[in-house]
Parts: sequence; structure tokens; C-alpha cells
Amino acid sequence: MSGVETAVHLAVILLVPPLLLGVIQRTKARVAGRRGAPLLQPYYDLVKLARKDVVLSRTTTWVFVAGPAVGVATAVLASLLVPFGERVAPLSFAGDLVLFAYLFGLGRFFTVAAALDTGSSFEGMGGAREVTFSALAEPALFLALLVLVTLHGNLSLSGVLGEDTGARWVTAVAPVALASMSLFVVLLAENSRIPFDDPTTHLELTMIHEVMVLDHSGPLLGAVLWGAAQKLFVQSALLARILVPLPDGPAPLRWACFLAAVLALGVVIGMVEATMARLRLRQVPMLLIAASLLSAFGIVLLVR
Amino acid sequence: MSVVLALVAVALAGASGLPGLVLPRDDAAADRSAALLLGLAALCGAAATALVAVAGAEQTLALPWRVLGERIEVGLDGLSAFFLLPTLGIASVASLYAVAYWPARSHVRSARRLRLAFGLIAGGAGLVVIARHAFAFLAGWEIMALAAFFSITAEDERDVVRRAGFIYLACTRASTLALFGAFAALHSVDAGFALRARPALDLDTSRALFGLAFVGFALKAGAMPLHLWLPGAHATAPTHVSAVLSGMLLKIGIYGIVRFASLLPPLAVSDGVFVLVLGMASAVLGVAFALGQHELKRLLAYHSVENIGIILMGVGLALLGRTLGHPEVEQLGLAGALLHVWNHALFKALLFLGAGSVIRQSASGEIDRLGGLARRLPLTALAFGLGAVAICGLPPLNGFVSELLVYLGLLRASLLTGGALGLLAVSGVAALALVGGLAAACFVKAFGVVFLGEPRTAAAAGAREAPPVMLVAMALLALACGVLGVAPQLAVPCLEAAIRSFDPGLAPRLRDAAPFGSISIAAAGLLVSVVAMAAWARWRRLRYAPRTVTWDCGYAAPSPRMQYTSSSFAAGLVGLFRWALRPQLEAPHFGAGPFPLPAGLHTELPDPVLDRLTLPAARWLVHASTWFRWVQRGRVHSYVFYILVAILVGFLAARGGLG
Repeated sequence: MSGVETAVHLAVILLVPPLLLGVIQRTKARVAGRRGAPLLQPYYDLVKLARKDVVLSRTTTWVFVAGPAVGVATAVLASLLVPFGERVAPLSFAGDLVLFAYLFGLGRFFTVAAALDTGSSFEGMGGAREVTFSALAEPALFLALLVLVTLHGNLSLSGVLGEDTGARWVTAVAPVALASMSLFVVLLAENSRIPFDDPTTHLELTMIHEVMVLDHSGPLLGAVLWGAAQKLFVQSALLARILVPLPDGPAPLRWACFLAAVLALGVVIGMVEATMARLRLRQVPMLLIAASLLSAFGIVLLVR
Repeated sequence: MSVVLALVAVALAGASGLPGLVLPRDDAAADRSAALLLGLAALCGAAATALVAVAGAEQTLALPWRVLGERIEVGLDGLSAFFLLPTLGIASVASLYAVAYWPARSHVRSARRLRLAFGLIAGGAGLVVIARHAFAFLAGWEIMALAAFFSITAEDERDVVRRAGFIYLACTRASTLALFGAFAALHSVDAGFALRARPALDLDTSRALFGLAFVGFALKAGAMPLHLWLPGAHATAPTHVSAVLSGMLLKIGIYGIVRFASLLPPLAVSDGVFVLVLGMASAVLGVAFALGQHELKRLLAYHSVENIGIILMGVGLALLGRTLGHPEVEQLGLAGALLHVWNHALFKALLFLGAGSVIRQSASGEIDRLGGLARRLPLTALAFGLGAVAICGLPPLNGFVSELLVYLGLLRASLLTGGALGLLAVSGVAALALVGGLAAACFVKAFGVVFLGEPRTAAAAGAREAPPVMLVAMALLALACGVLGVAPQLAVPCLEAAIRSFDPGLAPRLRDAAPFGSISIAAAGLLVSVVAMAAWARWRRLRYAPRTVTWDCGYAAPSPRMQYTSSSFAAGLVGLFRWALRPQLEAPHFGAGPFPLPAGLHTELPDPVLDRLTLPAARWLVHASTWFRWVQRGRVHSYVFYILVAILVGFLAARGGLG
């Protein structure tokens, strides 16, 4: 992987994620019959937040500031393990899928700790929900990745996403489809989308992710939104690389194809959000366990 | 040279309580001399380990006299050296901590006894690790086990302490019994007490031997159904003793399992599967029970059960890999297990020392009575937070590296074996992922409720930072966690030496099998971003940002008691594991009338093995054997008569056997 490719990769992960949010919001609005905010609205929001001042709670410590910052840092680092428009990611080694999952774990640890740092019972409640659901999402994510690992006999993300995903769609349709469904559920759960959580809800008692960041303001809130968008983008990229094989061709074609696939996935997420209601909280664990089971079936199909 | 250094280290550690016996009872010099001797012992142990790992100076040494006609040998090979270092290192750091935590001046009654027993734990454990003969092994084992009993019961005026001490004593006796049985069986096979490899044993004999020894060692290590002594002992012992129990005593059980397996020829596939499944059960249930605990040290104790489970998963993989002839699985599993031994020793000791600092400064270990301590004990909070990130296996700290090795072993096993074993390895990956998620939930709860938010009691509100000596001890452990996380290559020589002595036929190439370089790059990336974030916060002058109240929906009188508690935080996950945990809930009754009466809510998580199985069984046994009391006349001459009869019967039986 050359320096130029890494630079392009970094530029994409730093700049493109808010566009994915914009696409999701625009899709939701269109399906609901509204015109919707401009596609670039998330960028305007981030710029606005970056220029504001910070107000902190008297209760908070350094952990409160570390939460959003670690969120951004871990999402960017995790993105380096996923190949975007190339065959091989900037950082790739046997077992990097463990690092991929655990980096998001680190981000979550600090997000929840920052929520508890305010001493607010609302934010504690959000944190409790976040860790409960993510503890169940973790096995689902690992099992889905294991389907790909078993299929390719390779232990790195670049190895399972880089080479011949298209061919695998032909030879092993059922396992790959099961793993993709499972990953899609994990993607929605980890990023607090409908049906797990409603990013636009306005009642503290029903929130998960939004309630954890109630007290963040100004650039800190901007960092939270930016990090969340990056996380959504990285996990969508993972799924997009499985669903849409990369064409052979010059770099601009590959990158365009990759970005189109991710934004198309954004449209799908928007459609899901527009057409579904959120689940009752006590049903969420069942859906996550079902996602694990889907992948487990995929592995059973592969192991002989 | 190396084995002499190890012997000196063991002797220094064992003797570290002796100066205190001649000094006045309340003299602080006794504490300092114990810490100094243990520190010297740790340095000697480190030098010996370095000699073995880097220069390959493996040695055995025969004692110049015979015991009961046996030639006693001690020796230092890679495996011994690997366990000697944390044994002495953790003990020395904990004794440094004890200088301020358990000073002679304020514990006149127990300090002298505790200091002596504390040194003997380390000395006994050191002897176990370097023993090459069953006598030396069992002697060290008994010294360690009994010294641990006297350390756990330092505050024997408290009822709970005596209870936990007796349960520990019963368990350690049972474990010793199993080990006596294992060594006697070994002797009956080839008339040898020496701990040397027996490649010619047939499969059934070695499986029986391993099974017997495994029971004894797993009781000490605290694997899930045999963990019954562990939570009580860890929760009631003085905190620096808890750190040593968790950081090192449990690991001696692991050492025993690994050492015993290395003496025997490869076992059956089902043995490896058994150890792996036991490890998975231990890990998942250990962390699930930890989630429901209300007391900080008890929570940490259940996490020891979880981590022993992760270590056993690695050991099971190593056994499987050896039997099936998959050297890569074998070395990854063993390396993961062994590195996790080091890592768990470091971060669990760190967490216990942090918890001790919280308990000492705010006079409570009840999680729901604390809060807001990060503003009052900032350095303790930082140390505990680092330990929490490390124990969750999160990068960039050391826990991640060893868990990654176990993951890699499982993944390789699933690719290499296929079929039922492959599916077992896959479920191992899923279990480890679940454990990771649950551990993060549990530690974000413990860290958040204890250190963040507002203090829930006046004692917590008035807490001050711990004394410098305690902070130095914690800083040493935290530093080690960071170094092993960023540069795990440093441990590779020790790991490879240990793997070679486990299976001499294996030429370990860990640098090829595990991505240490990439781990360093990722960890360095995280560290760089931490520095960048701190610089940004300074540039934005966040410290001087305007301060106001936490958003409270406009409620006029928020109180600290309205914060989310640890019980409510964990309620969702405890509910999901209700089938295993069976929490007991005393729901509040508000009365039937129009005006609700004062009411309380109480939840408890009784241990299934201890409170639901062992204690009722023991009560039944006591009740059932009352008829046997008639031999207990309380007259000495009848007891002498019993002894005579027993000797005669034994003698006749032996003669009959000969004839």
C-alpha cells in the first residue's frame, strides 16, 4: 500500500462520512413525502458546532472530554483495517478483525464512561442500554466475520474482503447472504439506527445513543457526531465490500464504485428507517441473538 | 547460576517477614524491610528469568542431602522462569503498597503475623515453581496454601473473614489431597517422585493422572465449578493480599496444570476439549456473576474466575494442538494462556490495589455508596481506569495482546480441524466475544459508578488521594500494562522459552505466528491520538470552559442519589442471564393504604456452587454423620486405642498385600 493510497483512504474517512448521514436523512424525507434537508446539512452542522464555545458540567472530569475524542480516534484507526477502494487496507495482519471489533469496544467504553461522568441518571440509563445491546452485538459481529474467515481461509479483513468476493457469491450464496444479513443487523444496532434506536427522538427516556451525549456541547458535540458518522461509514464499508465486489480497473473507477456502494447502502438504511418503527427495548436482545444465529447457520453450512 | 539466583530469590521472599519478628510490633521499619527483601527477591527472580529467556541458561541443581532417601532437585527452565517472575514481582509491589496500606502502627495485632505469612506465600509459590521433585513441590504448595490461609484471616475478629477463611481452608485441603493422590499414582507407575517427562506412559494412565492433578490444580486456580472459595476469600482478605491471591496464587494452579501436562505424553482429544469447554464456561459465567455484584472486591474476584477461564481456553487449545499435531494452534494457545497469566497478574493486581485505595480513603467498598472519586483521588482513578481498559482486553493495553493470541489460536483451530472441533472453536470465538462485551459492561459500570458522577455518601465526598507509596505501587503496575501492550515483543523470549520447555519437540516461532509488529503500530497510533487530543483540549482551553449543572430536564432539586446505580446499570444484562444467575430480589412493599409506607429494595446474587450446592450438601453430611459421634468420647486413652487399632489394621493389610 503506497503513501498516496493511504492518504486517499484517510481523506475519505475524514471527509465523506457526514455525506452518508445526509443521504440517509434525505432518503427518509423523500420516502415520507418531504423535501428534506440539503445533502450537505451534516457538514453545515459540524462547521457550526466547531465554531461554538464549550459549556461543561460542574461534575465532569477529563473523561468527559476523552469520550468524543476517543470515539473519533478509534473510528479512524478501525477504518485503516478495512479496504475501501483497494484490494488491501492500509493496515492488515492476521487477526486484524479482532482489533477492528475491539477498537469500537474502546470507543464505546469511553463514550459510556463520559456519559456516567455527568452523574445524570438519563445518561447512565443510555449507557446501560448501550453496553447491554453491544455485548450481544459483539458475538453476532464475530460470527458474521467468521463466516467469511471460514470461506476464505484467511484471518485478515483485507484477505476476506479483497480478493474474490464476487466468485464467492456464486459458490457459497447462502452463507454469505446469512452473514450479510447478520452484519446489517449489527450495523443498525451498533450505530443506533431504527429499529434499535431513533436518532431523531426527542424524549430522553426512549433514547440510547443520543441520551449519552446530552451534556456535550459545541466542538465536543461535533466530535461525537463526526465519530458516530465515521463509525457508521466504516461498518457500512465493510458490508458494502461484501455485497458489491470491486471491479478490476483503474483506481478512480474502483473508488467510485466503492463510494457508490456505500451511499447505496445509506439509501437502504434510510428506507429501513422510513418504513419501520423502533422495537420495544425488551425485544432488541432477541433480534441481536437472532443475528448471531443467522451467522451460526452460515458457519454450519460451511463446516463439513 | 540461574537456579542459584532463583533459590536466593525464593529464600529472600520467604524470609521477608523475619526482621519484623525481632523489631517492635509497631515499628514501620518492619514493613519497609519486608518490602525491601521482597523487592530484592523480585530483582533476583528477574535476573534469573532473563538468564533463562535470553541466554538459555536452563539448569537443575540437586540438594546436597537426601530426604527420606530421595534426591531432591530444583531447577529453572523456561516454564519455571515464566511463572517465577510474576510470582515475586506482584508480591514485591503488593508489599510496597502494604507499607502504607497495612502499617504496623495501626494494625498492631495482625501486622507481624500477616507480614510473615505474606512472605511465605511468595516463598512457597517460588518453591513450587522451581521444584523438580514431588516432595519439594508439595512442601512449597503447603507452605503457600497455609500462609495464604493466615493472610486471608488477618482480621479474624470479623465473622465473615473467619467464614471465608474456613471455606478456603477446606478447599485447599481438598486440592492438596488430590495432588497427593496424583503424585502417589505417579510413583506407583514407575517408582519415581521426580518431576521429569514420562514419554512412555500409556494413554489411559496419563489421562487418569492428568485428571486427578487437574482437579487439585483447578481448585486452586478457581475454574468455574471449583471457584467456591475464591469470591469470599478475595473480598475479605486485606487488599494487598487479595492482589497477590488473584495475581499470583491462582496462577500457581495454572502452572501446575501446564507443568503436569508437559510431563505426560500427548493426551486424548477429549481432554483438550474438556479444558477448552471448562474455560469457556468459566469465562462466560464468571463475568456474568461479576455483573451482579455490589461490592468492588467481590466483583474483581469474579473477574478472576473469568480470566482463569480465558487462560484455560488457551491451555485447552495447546493440549488439542499437541494431540492433533497442529504446532501453530499449540503455540498460539499456550502463548495466549501464558501471556494472559502475566497480563492478568498485572492488571488484576492493579485493580485490587486501586480498589484498596478507594476502600481505605472512603471507608467503603460498596459500589453504590461511592461516586465522584475521580475528582478526589485523580491518580487512583487514572490507575483504576487503565486497569479497567486492560482487563476488558481493549487496545492499546496488554490484555488485548493475550486475548488476540487466544482468538488467533481458536481461528486457526477452526480452519485446520473442521467438523465438530471446528464448530467448537467457532463457539469459543463467540464466547470470547461475548465475554469481551460483558467485561466492558462490567468495568465501565465499576469505573463509572465508583469514580465518576457525584459522591453518593458523605464519606465518599470527603475522600482524599492515597499516600504516595500506594500510588507508586499502582504506577509500577500500570506502566507494565502499558509497556506490554505497546511492545509485546519484549515478552517473546520468555514465552518461547516457556513453550520450549512445555513441548521440546516444538520450535516456537511466535513472531511469525502472531502480528506483534502490527499491534505495536496500532497501539502507537492510539497513543499518538491521545496526545493529539490532549493538545487540542489545551489549545481550546477546555479547562477554563464555563461550568454549569448537568442537564436535569429542568428539575429543581436533583440529588446524587438520583444517579444511575451499579445495580440499575447492570439490571438489563443480569436479566438476560437470569437462567444462570438466579438473582434474589426482595421487592419493596409500599402497603395497601392510600399513603405508601417507607420501603426498601434489596437484590442479591448467591453463588450457585457455594450457597446452593456445597453448603447444603455439607450441612446434610454433618447431619447424616451424627451417629458417628459415639466414637468421639473426649477421652484421650480411647483415642490412643483407635490409633493403635488403625496402625495394626494398616500393618496387617500391608503384610497381606506382600504375602
